[in-house]
Amino acid sequence: MTQLPYTETVMEHFKNPQNVGRIENPDAKSVEGSPSCGDMVALYLLVDEDTQTITDIKFESYGCASNIATGSIITELAKGRTLEKAKDITWKEATEALGGLPPIKTHCSILAVDGLRAAIENYEEKHGLVKERVPTTKNVVVKRLKRVMNPIVGLDLVRTKLVDDIEVEDGVVRVEIKLAEDHQFAPNIREEIHEKLDHLWDVEKVVVTYEA
Amino acid sequence: MFGDLVYLDNSAATRLDERVLEAMRPYFLETYAVATSQFGYSAGIESREALEGARESIAARLGAKREEFLFTSGSTESSNMALKGVALALGEKKGRHIITTKIEDFPVLYSARSLGRRGFEITYLDVDETGRLDLDQLRDAIQAETILVSVQAANQEIATLQDIESIAKICQERDALFHTDATHTFPRLPLNVGEVPVDLVTVASHLIHGPKGVGGLYVRERTPLTKWMDGGFQEFNLRAGAENIPGAVGFAKAVELVTLEETSRLRDMRDRLTERLLGIPHARLNGHPSLRLPHNTNVSFRFVEGESILLHLDMRGFAVSTGSACFSRSLEASHVIMGIGGNHEQAHGSVRFTFGRFNTMDDVDAVAGAITEVIEKLREISPLGKDE
Repeated sequence: MTQLPYTETVMEHFKNPQNVGRIENPDAKSVEGSPSCGDMVALYLLVDEDTQTITDIKFESYGCASNIATGSIITELAKGRTLEKAKDITWKEATEALGGLPPIKTHCSILAVDGLRAAIENYEEKHGLVKERVPTTKNVVVKRLKRVMNPIVGLDLVRTKLVDDIEVEDGVVRVEIKLAEDHQFAPNIREEIHEKLDHLWDVEKVVVTYEA
Repeated sequence: MFGDLVYLDNSAATRLDERVLEAMRPYFLETYAVATSQFGYSAGIESREALEGARESIAARLGAKREEFLFTSGSTESSNMALKGVALALGEKKGRHIITTKIEDFPVLYSARSLGRRGFEITYLDVDETGRLDLDQLRDAIQAETILVSVQAANQEIATLQDIESIAKICQERDALFHTDATHTFPRLPLNVGEVPVDLVTVASHLIHGPKGVGGLYVRERTPLTKWMDGGFQEFNLRAGAENIPGAVGFAKAVELVTLEETSRLRDMRDRLTERLLGIPHARLNGHPSLRLPHNTNVSFRFVEGESILLHLDMRGFAVSTGSACFSRSLEASHVIMGIGGNHEQAHGSVRFTFGRFNTMDDVDAVAGAITEVIEKLREISPLGKDE
């Protein structure tokens, strides 16, 4: 039998995804999309207001197998948890539950994890639970770049030391990455960096530069 | 082999024809000597005769002379040789400008890019939304320093044919050499170098049920081309290395087996599949509706992603290809779909079906049925397309 790059668990969730669909009148929802890959995930939540527990969760995916499988597993993990506990679900936890994903596919799966967080934030906003807007500092940028995957190894840019330098000044964020401009994955990584930083409320421009 | 696999990725690789294998067999086991000069031992002379026989028959199919056809390790090498060989030969003497298109296959595209980094100026011409090159635009792009124009005969993904004859004439008038990558057309669609003033033509064996790792380059007599694979004096002293004689013999046999009848059968399958696929809602054909390869259908399905389609089809026993970024090794959407003005979404849901000798009309019906189901299933999961 040919060895597919996906584990049996991934294939099972891909073939028969759990919690698929929409919730009419959800308590919160989110849509996360990646312009570079094109994948998109929508998440819908029903939350018990007293216990702050996720009573129902559904997702829709316009994406590849890893994206669909992660959507499926993450909704299973989140169902029945409190919002605080659900926020703690990491990409790592989701991938481990799937028995692992090929490194190059991690960026497709992280979308679903981001989607869950975004949906929870959406709920908090609606219910006046958000804190003040945080200004974008170097630390904030580092934190966000930890959600951009290095497709070579399937770990984030920061951990794999691909980020050479970060500058934040007057709404302009400069990120220097340690890759040649014509590297196979350079365009993909650039798109993902933009995706994670462009929309921040006080960021006007994001500039990605490469190794000379 | 693959059991019940319905293989519809014949523009990536093809199953070897048994007759090709039979033609090659003696050159592995009996006549395995190196092709020697006419003064060598008899086994070597026999090898040489086989090699030259293969050369002659492929050259004839192009309307070329025997000594204008070189064997290579495949179309990648042929195109590298054409672009870099001309660049080396004329870069100092005539100029450093090369013209190509945005939708070329990687051997041409990346050879050009690599030359671009070495001081050559490269113009990448746009194509229209069907993938066709505008000839006036080409005419305007050619300058006195232009040494080479490289335009594919047909596109690897969306199948659009280019007007090679007119392009060749424009290049001839403007005194630029012309190379065409005919990997996907040769020898199914006619190209006679006696009538079309093309200087270099890339061809390959692996897409016509011949062996992989064999290709060729037609080089018109007196075309300036610098040798860059150094070593012995093989291939008219233009490409060193012991000749792949079984490969050359297999390539010649594969060329011989391609007939007009067969091509017309492929065209029927293509047309039937196209019709069925376009019956699926939100489906659109990629590439030119009529000026296209006889064996290629490429359709984009909205609201769904190509790798998911591909995996579901694989589980049902069908092999196809997609231009989705999720499927590519660089995570980039197909440069061809983007090059015809398509967006990520169009690339995301694009599926290429390519037919070959061993496909039948039953395959067409089976895959059309399967993909209809798969698209429906994936659209149920998709957040898009439900409000329309």
